[in-house]
Formats: sequence, structure tokens, C-alpha cells
Amino acid sequence: MNFVIPDFAPAIPEMVLLALTCFILIADTIWSKRYKFATYYAVQATLVIIAVLILTSFTTETIITFDGSFIRDSFADILKLFVVLITFGIFLFSREYLIQFKFYMGEFFTLGLFGVLGMFVMISANNLITMYLGLEIMSLSLYAMIAMRKDSAEAVESAMKYFVLGALATGMLLYGFSMIYGATGSITFNEMAAIIATGEVDRVVLSFGVVFIVIGLAFKLGAVPFHMWMPDVYQGAPTAVTLFIATAPKIAAFAMLYRILIEGLPGLVQEWQSLLIIISILSMAVGAIVAIVQEDLKRMLAYSGIGHVGFLLLGIISANPDGYAASMFYIIVYTITSLAAFGMIVTLARTGKEFNKISDFAGLNQRNPWLALMMMFIMFSMAGIPPFVGFYAKLLVVEEVVSAGFVWLAVFAVVTAVISTYYYLKVVKAMYFDESQEKGPISAVSKQLNWGVSFVAISLLALGILPSSLINLCYTSLAG
Amino acid sequence: MTLGLPILSTLIWLPIIGGVLVLFLGRNREDFAKWFSLFIAALTFALSIPLWTQFDHTTSAMQFVEKVEWIPTLNIQYFLGVDGLSMPLILLTTFTQVLVIASAWNVIKVRVEQYMGAFLIMQGIMVGVFSALDSILFYVFWEALLIPMFIVIGKWGGIKRIYATMKFFLYTFLGSVFMLISFLYMYSLSGSFSILEFQNMPIGMTAQIFIFLAFLAAFAVKIPMFPVHTWLPDAHVQAPTAGSIVLAAIMLKMGGYGFVRFSLPIVPDASMMLDWLVIGLSLIAIFYIGIIALVQSDMKKLVAYSSISHMGFVTLGMFLVYDIIQNTGTAGGAALGMSGAMVQMISHGFISGAMFLMIGVLYDRMHTREISAYGGVVNKMPWFGFFAVLFAMANAGLPGTSGFVGEFMVILAAFKANIWYGIIAATTLIIGAAYTLWMIKRVFFGKVANDNVEKLEDLNKREMTIMWTLAIAIVALGVYPAPLVEVMQSSVENLLIQATTSKL
Repeated sequence: MNFVIPDFAPAIPEMVLLALTCFILIADTIWSKRYKFATYYAVQATLVIIAVLILTSFTTETIITFDGSFIRDSFADILKLFVVLITFGIFLFSREYLIQFKFYMGEFFTLGLFGVLGMFVMISANNLITMYLGLEIMSLSLYAMIAMRKDSAEAVESAMKYFVLGALATGMLLYGFSMIYGATGSITFNEMAAIIATGEVDRVVLSFGVVFIVIGLAFKLGAVPFHMWMPDVYQGAPTAVTLFIATAPKIAAFAMLYRILIEGLPGLVQEWQSLLIIISILSMAVGAIVAIVQEDLKRMLAYSGIGHVGFLLLGIISANPDGYAASMFYIIVYTITSLAAFGMIVTLARTGKEFNKISDFAGLNQRNPWLALMMMFIMFSMAGIPPFVGFYAKLLVVEEVVSAGFVWLAVFAVVTAVISTYYYLKVVKAMYFDESQEKGPISAVSKQLNWGVSFVAISLLALGILPSSLINLCYTSLAG
Repeated sequence: MTLGLPILSTLIWLPIIGGVLVLFLGRNREDFAKWFSLFIAALTFALSIPLWTQFDHTTSAMQFVEKVEWIPTLNIQYFLGVDGLSMPLILLTTFTQVLVIASAWNVIKVRVEQYMGAFLIMQGIMVGVFSALDSILFYVFWEALLIPMFIVIGKWGGIKRIYATMKFFLYTFLGSVFMLISFLYMYSLSGSFSILEFQNMPIGMTAQIFIFLAFLAAFAVKIPMFPVHTWLPDAHVQAPTAGSIVLAAIMLKMGGYGFVRFSLPIVPDASMMLDWLVIGLSLIAIFYIGIIALVQSDMKKLVAYSSISHMGFVTLGMFLVYDIIQNTGTAGGAALGMSGAMVQMISHGFISGAMFLMIGVLYDRMHTREISAYGGVVNKMPWFGFFAVLFAMANAGLPGTSGFVGEFMVILAAFKANIWYGIIAATTLIIGAAYTLWMIKRVFFGKVANDNVEKLEDLNKREMTIMWTLAIAIVALGVYPAPLVEVMQSSVENLLIQATTSKL
């Protein structure tokens, strides 16, 4: 057996990211004593470097390297770019929050970078082992980040919950992986697909494998009935961390779903499609109904996120490339909107005063009309009301599911969308119609955050008026 | 074309951009916000006049067309154009808007810039609804309108405003999502979202029935038809005067417009099969809601119910076509009903606007809408009394006012279709007169009821101007409706052909 040096070129962004992250981790111990924010700036610079590296080597071909374990295509490049972009925003928003709540630590950002590395590996995984590796890199960073505020019982409890349930989910996933491997004798996605297509594989073992994998994926995405961790973790974690777990990892989870089910197991579409239909219906229903009674905005957004996952799955259920592209568009739009929503909570939070109850938003229009307007944009985009970009996300997935012949599912979906509009309206109602308990103007906690959150919120409107380039990007990368 | 600009886009975006400017520049500068808004509204109205003067009456084809690729991946276009059915509605919108802005002049005291900005933005969106020829573009405008209206009712409305605005939003949203599913379904068949394409494509009977019902859900809520009308009295009563005017004069018309642009031409076979449903609901609205109006003690509620009753004529006129053709074999009578419905929409725009303005004038002075709080107002406000009686007569459908023309045309057509339809529809002439005149009698005539009425002052110059404008419009349309009917004629004829050509 002779050793072949693999082609490193496609994985340069990951390698640079790993090297810089390790460097910053060590350097942080030294320079953080003298320059408090050095790590923050270094981390943001790293993200910019990675983005530039991806952009300059942007590929429309499919390159597979490392003996079939690593794949790079335009789907991966686009998702990674958005991960970097979103993470840049997350760090921008988090810094001020960490300072306000007095647990600013350089490790937050380095852990975040490790999380990004895990997401990159997941997005580019071409076999089950790489996928698992990426998932664990990402998850371990997230567990640590949630528990970072060690004096907060809530945060530690959230971290425990997330850890135990996450481990359970990973166990399920691995069990499913092993069954698929047992049946096909391969761990590489395209080989698996080819072997299953021959029809000489035991379908029963495969079906069991699919069930376990779908359960694991549903855990990670936060889909019903495996969603219980989401509201607790979202609420208990410090908002800066919630901001992180609610956004970028969703993109990676979507990539995982796509790589395993669609690239690896297209021959089992019957099996996973029917499973996903049930999960999607339940998620949309729970997301729409349970969120209504929530008083805590973070918790409400967690349930709303569950509902969004239900919508996201619609595109996958339609089981054709256009549908996958619609889902991809959906997840990108959802993460941007989520970033804006949690970003708004962070922007208005101050030392000793979280801004996470819906009642905190009461009368915001009097106290700060600009941010109230921005929050209204965010809420209407979440609800999927035109002209905000959330509408097109819903439009595309519902369109695909109608084209695939599931009109009843589309009808169900839009009805849940109407129900869920109620609680988004509740926030708008609080801001515009209610009187606030506290008088006097309230400003964003810093200018940077004010501009940052406004930029993201306005981009929801701008993308809503001119959505074609982003839609086109998703469709060309998947549907060709 | 005006000044080389595409006219429809100008009418959509000028008020929207103007509204955004008012929002940002008008903060703490009330006078600027008001005058600038009035300027934008007046300018938009002036720019909309070429739509009328340069309109080609002889064709039913779309005019002033603009077509740009918008989302090429899904073949969605920025596709605008008007025909004889939509053009008058656009002019109604731009005309009403000037009055709306003027009517709010001294009434709105808090956050004037947000109020004015919201109305300007609404105006652009409403023009967009009437001129969009791509169904997704149409849907975007249709839904986007809910946002500013939600804010306006909820912020400047009456005591139960939050309940009313939530109900308004969710009701209309629920109705319209089914319409969206129909669009998507038709797209999956035809590969295009163009409304004109939808009108020409064949659709099977089962699909037609579902699409018809989906459209009915969307438009019936908006018009509103019995039994989904319950949001309207709440919304109207709680909305500020200008909000009520926009709701009654323009937004209700969107439902009627939806029937002629979507239901009848896209699913003619289902329309023929289910026309009894619409006719039945219309007759219930005309008769039963009229009776309900009679017992209202709140003036605004009374006018709101009267709106529902009058909009019943619109839907009735539109769906009489099948029965008439069955009975007489010709489309002549059907055209009468259809034109009548369209005239009724325009006329109701003026009259309901006038009625709500009238109530607004009283409310501004006395801060109550209870009929029992008034009495003998005419003694103190003679000019106002004059206008009130004129508008009331128009609302009751007196010949010589615009209210008569549309109703009369529809009633004539109804007699051709089925004598019972005609008889039930004609009762409105009695019921309508009863509730309107009885209200006028209790509010305006008799002795001065109390000290508050004693202190009333007559109309000021601003109110006088608004009232005169509306009065002239109502009488002009009542005496000489021919130009309006002519403008619509070829489009109505084309619509009847579409509505009676099977698409199976």
C-alpha cells in the first residue's frame, strides 16, 4: 500500500482556519492581559481572511479529495460563506453583551471559531466519519460556550440539557450510521448511493438506519418530537450564546441533512420522505401553537424556530433539486432573520437588565422609534409577510411542495403560518400600541450595535424587494 | 408617460418614497409632515390624470404596460398594466387619498409623521394592487397593505382598537393564503405567474372548484361578504376617520376587483357552477345586513353595515351574468349588471368616504359617535346639515346621485336574471333609505338636544373644501355616468366573453 498525498487545495480555508484558531487560542493567554479586545479583533480578522479565501477560490465544480472524505462544491462554498458572514455578525453583537454582563473572555470567540471549523467540516463532509467529526467539533464548542457563564445556574442547566440530549442524538445518529455501513459496506455518500441503487442491499436494515438517522437529524435541527431542548436552552443560555446556537449551526445541520439523505440515501427517498412529512407537520403545528402563550421572547423565538424547521423540511420533502434549493434559501433567510431578532435583544440589553420579555418591548415606538421599526421588519419577515424576504422563503418551499403534488401539506403549512403570525403581531402590538412601564428614551447599547442590527434588518427588506440574486444563487448551486 | 417616467410605477413608488421621507424628516415637525404629505398626495393625483385622458376606450387590452424580469428563477415579473376595470379604481385611490390626508389635518395629534407616512405608503401599495398583472406581485402588494393598516388602526383607533386590528389582520391574512396556494398550483401547471396567462390556460373542473373557493375565501373576506364580514364593523368603528375612509372607499374594492380580475376569467366554469353561492350571500348581505344597520346606535357601525350591504350589490351584479344568459340567451343584460357593479364600486368609494368624513366631523367636535348623544345639529351647523343630507340621500340611492346609478343598473339586471333576485335587491331602496334617513333625522333634526350640541361650530374652510369636492363628485357621477361606463365598456365586454367561455 503506497501513500498518496491528497490534494490539499480544496481544504485550504479549513486548514487556515484551524491554524489561525489554534494560534489565537494560545496568543489570547498572553495578549488579553494587555489589550482586552485583541482576541476579538483577531477573530474577526480571521473570519474576513477565510471569507476572502473562499471567495477567491470559489468553485462551480465538484471536487472530492482526501480519499473521498471531503467534498467541495458551490453548495458548500455558499453555505460556508454565509456561516462566516453570520458568525461575523454574531461576534459583533456578542462582544458588547459579554462586556455588559461581565463575562467577557477571549475564549468565547476562539470557541466560536472552533464551532465554525466544525460547521465547515460538516458542510464539506463526504462520508459518515467526517460528518461525525464535524458535528462533534461544533457541538463540543457549543456546550462549552453555553456553560461559560459559570455563576449562572440557568446557563449551566442549559448546558447540561444540551449536552445530554445532544449526546443522545449523536448516539442515535451513530447507530443509524452503523446500520447503513453494515448494509452497504461503505461510508462514502456517493458510493453508498450507488450500492443502494443496485438493489442488492437489505432494505430492512437500511430502513432502520434511516429512521435512526432522521431522529438524530431532527434532534439537531430541533424538529418535533425531538425539540424539547430548544426552548429551555434558548432561554437559559446567555443571549449572546443563544444568538450563536440559533443561527450558524442551523446552516450546518441543513448541510448535514442534505449530504446524508440526498447525496447518500437518495434510494431511500420513500422512507425518509414519509418520516419528514410527519416531522414537518408536527413541527409546524407545535411551532405555531405553543409559541402563542410564551411571554419570554427568546422562548417564543425558540418555538418559532421549531415552526421554521417544519417549513424548511417542506423543500426536502418535495424530493427534487428545486425543492432542495428552496430549502437552502429558506435556511439562509431564516438564519439572517434569527440573527437580527436575537441581535435586537442583545442590542437593547444592559448590565443587570436583560431585554428578553415581550413586555420589555412595550412602548418601544415611543422610546426608540427607529429600533421599533427595525424590530417590526424582523417580526414581519419571520411571519412571512411581503415585502420582507421571509415571504419569499415561505413562497419557494410552499411552491415546491405544491409542484410535488402535496397540495394538502401546503394548505396545512400556510394555515400554521397564519396562526404563527399572531405571536409575531403580539410583539409589534407591544411596541406600537402598548405603553411602556419605564418612561424615557432607550438607545442601543452601543452605536456599533445600532448600525449592525439596523443593517441586518434593512437587508431583510432590501432582499425582499430584490430577492432574485439570492434565490438564483441557491438554485444554480443545487438545481443547476 | 409623464415626464418620460412610466406612469404606473410613478404612481406606486412616488407615494411610497414620499411616505418614507415623511417618516424620517417629519419627526417633531408636524407642519412639514402635513404639507409635504398633502403635496405628495396632490402630485400623485395630478400625475394619475393622464391615465384617464390618454386611455384608449376602444380596446380591452392592457395599457400603460410595464414588464421587467423580477425573479427570473421562478419566472416572476414586475408586470404592471391597467384596463377599463382597474383604471377607474386607481383614480379613485389617488383622488380619495388627497381627501384622506386633508381630513386628518387637525385631528391627529400624536406621531403625525407616522400617520401621514403610513397613509402615503398605503396609497402606493393600493395602486400596486390594482395595476399588478403578475400574481405574485399582486399578492405582495395585497399582503403588504395589511402592515400599515394594522399600525394605523391599532395606534390611532378607538378603545377596542387592538382587538379590532388583530382581527382585521388575521382574518384577511387567513383568507388570502388560500389564494396564494391557488397561484402556486396554477404556476405548477403553466410555468408562469402572469395573470393574463392564468386567464388563458385550461383548468380541470375539480381544480377550478377548489381555486374558486380559495379566491372566494380571499375576496369575500376583503369585500366583506356575509358571513365573514364581522371584522369590518370592528375595524371601522375603531379606526380613525381616515382609516375608515381608506378601508371603505378603497380596500373593500380590492375584493370586488379580485372577482373580476381573477375568479370570473380564470375559473369561469366553477363560477358558473357556484354562482348561486355568491348570489345567495350577496342577497343575504343586501337584505339581512341592511336590517342590522337599522338597529345600530353607533353611527360608524351603521355606516359600516351599510357598506357591507352596498357591496352586496357589487358581488350580485358580477355573478348575475350566468343566470341572465340562461334566461335571455344574450349577454346584453349581463353587461348591464357587470357595469352596474363596477359603477357601484366607484360610487360607493365616494359615498362611504363622504359618510365617514361626516361622522369624523361630528366626532372631532363631540368625541362620541352615539346617535343618542346628538339631536338638532342642523340648527348649529347649517352647512354641515346640507352636506349630510346630500350624502345620506346618495347613500339611500336617490336618483341624481351616484348611489342610484349602480344600484339601479344591478337591480334591472337582477330582474332579468330572476324576479326574486330583483325583488330582494330592490328592498334595499327601502331599507337603505330607512336606516340612513332615520339616522339623519335623529342626529340633525329636531330640537337642540343638549349643551354640547349647543356649542357646535359649523364647518371650517378645510372641511368645506373636502365636502364640496365629494359632493360634486357624487352629483356629477349621478347625473352623467356615461364617461365612466364608456371607459369600462370594452373591458366589461371582454370580461363577459372570458366569463362565459368554458376552460375545461
